[in-house]
Amino acid sequence: MDRDALMLSLRLAAWTVIILLPLGILFGRILAWRPFRGKPLVEALLALPLVLPPTVLGYYLLVAFGSASPLGQLYERITGSPLVFTFGGLLLASVIFNLPFAIQPMQRAFETVSQEVRDAAACCGLSRWRTLWRIELPIAWPGVLSALVLTFAHTLGEFGVVLMVGGNIPGETRTIAVAIYDRVQAFDERGAAVMSATLLIVCLIAIGATYFTGARLDRRRHG
Amino acid sequence: MADDIHDRGLHVRLQQAAPIPLAVEIECAPKELLALVGPSGSGKSTVLRAIAGLATPSKGYVACGGVPWLDTRSGIALSPRERRVGFVFQHYGLFPHLSAAANIMESLVELPVPARRRRAHDLLARVHLDGLEDRLPGELSGGQQQRVAVARALAREPNVLLLDEPFAAVDRATRERLYTELAELKRELSIPVVLVTHDIDEALMLADRMSVLYRGRTLQSGVPFEVVTRPATVQVAQLVGLKNVFRAGVVGHDPQRNETTIEWRRHRLRTRIEPQFAPGSQVTWAIAQGQIVLADGAAGEGNTLDGVVLQYLRLGNNAALTVAVGGADRPPLFLSVPLHVARRNGVEAGATVRISLLPESIHLMPADSGPEAEIEKHRRIQPASDVAA
Repeated sequence: MDRDALMLSLRLAAWTVIILLPLGILFGRILAWRPFRGKPLVEALLALPLVLPPTVLGYYLLVAFGSASPLGQLYERITGSPLVFTFGGLLLASVIFNLPFAIQPMQRAFETVSQEVRDAAACCGLSRWRTLWRIELPIAWPGVLSALVLTFAHTLGEFGVVLMVGGNIPGETRTIAVAIYDRVQAFDERGAAVMSATLLIVCLIAIGATYFTGARLDRRRHG
Repeated sequence: MADDIHDRGLHVRLQQAAPIPLAVEIECAPKELLALVGPSGSGKSTVLRAIAGLATPSKGYVACGGVPWLDTRSGIALSPRERRVGFVFQHYGLFPHLSAAANIMESLVELPVPARRRRAHDLLARVHLDGLEDRLPGELSGGQQQRVAVARALAREPNVLLLDEPFAAVDRATRERLYTELAELKRELSIPVVLVTHDIDEALMLADRMSVLYRGRTLQSGVPFEVVTRPATVQVAQLVGLKNVFRAGVVGHDPQRNETTIEWRRHRLRTRIEPQFAPGSQVTWAIAQGQIVLADGAAGEGNTLDGVVLQYLRLGNNAALTVAVGGADRPPLFLSVPLHVARRNGVEAGATVRISLLPESIHLMPADSGPEAEIEKHRRIQPASDVAA
């Protein structure tokens, strides 16, 4: 059991969730409520990571993050370290390939907050923050929660993109999914089995918790 | 004094070409209930949203209590929050995850929590919902939800109360009860109240004044009964559901008897004097269904006409009659008489009846109703095809 890899995966998943929560709320609300030109294009771009082979996405991210790219150079100038094969680069890649998992469920969730309810909040004199906090988020909560859980679980399990952008550096970019692959390659069946089971249990608990919470909220709201 | 009341009321002028064309001018004094009436798609809800600040027209002026809320010329545009409006939405817009009391408390955030709770309870009691404070909206009936919405709209002591088809989503029995409650509530309010509805009867029952809206334009404003019985144009007549609309020729005026005479299908009809229509010219005349009476025996005051009953329909305690005058192929007259009167006169399909039109109930309008004469097709009235011989 590679504890370092497990901790790194959990850290990566937690940071991805922390970064995508506000981004998902922001873009989810815009996509749910505001018609604008080119909206289908934006939605298609956001959904792209769902259908693209992870190695393809990983390849483009690798190119975009490399020290030859403007983004890679900028990052290196600011932090002094390169973007590829570092935790920072891995996190950025993780945020990008998780965009659909975070934004789509939140968009659907905010679509359930009707125009009338939002108008009513404005006419009741609620500030934007209070409307978000007291009205929109409580109504959209199940969708927001499942978005976060999906993002978390998906980050734990992602393999192709991680390997392309992060490589396999212990303690820096070796996630549990990569470690499992490593163990199998080294004919360490037991190590692979333990880590796989751990990942399975963590994901099951996370997904189970959302369904359980969703069902309870549903019961409360509809009597 | 009149000017003072004028200033304290609500003033709305909206102009816009797209997305929904608007040319609206309405006013509503404090304590007054103004009904905005029109078919669906006429822009009623857009006007209400513009008053609330939920929509901003490209050109417009909205002021209430002497305070400008919107003035596109000087760049004033207050937010809904700053305008302090009470808004009851068509589907109420209640916060589904909050109890009835919490829904109301949410619009009282300026008060400390215990005061909020007290006021929410008081308001719920005022709309006869005491005891249901902790219910979620989903656990309340449609009528109860509407009452919560009204209580919530009044919670902030709004400057104006806006009601968007508030009776459309409840059953008929509940609606009747809510009408009474709104009428009672209105008596206690000292603010302008604007009610959007597509139901003329609702406007007649509840409103002090009404404005008829069609395709984003206010066509006529006035006392509901006046608008309904004396529409300014054929278009308004059709919109308010007048079915008896016909063309006639002006014969002449008699100032001494205060009468104008018109000729319709070889009958001379006396009407209230309307000297603006020149003798020899064409006019359109209209009469409400309920204003035509069965003439028993003596001619009396009215214009009497003989006709053949084409259709006899019993509607509750009334009989709806379709009567052909001057030939069955011409547009008939529609009248509604109490059932017992119809029975006493032996009215049945095919029978000949004598009807009477009181001169003061006949309303004259310009013959030409302008470029927008075609209203929706289902309100089919054919004044143009019914030109007098």
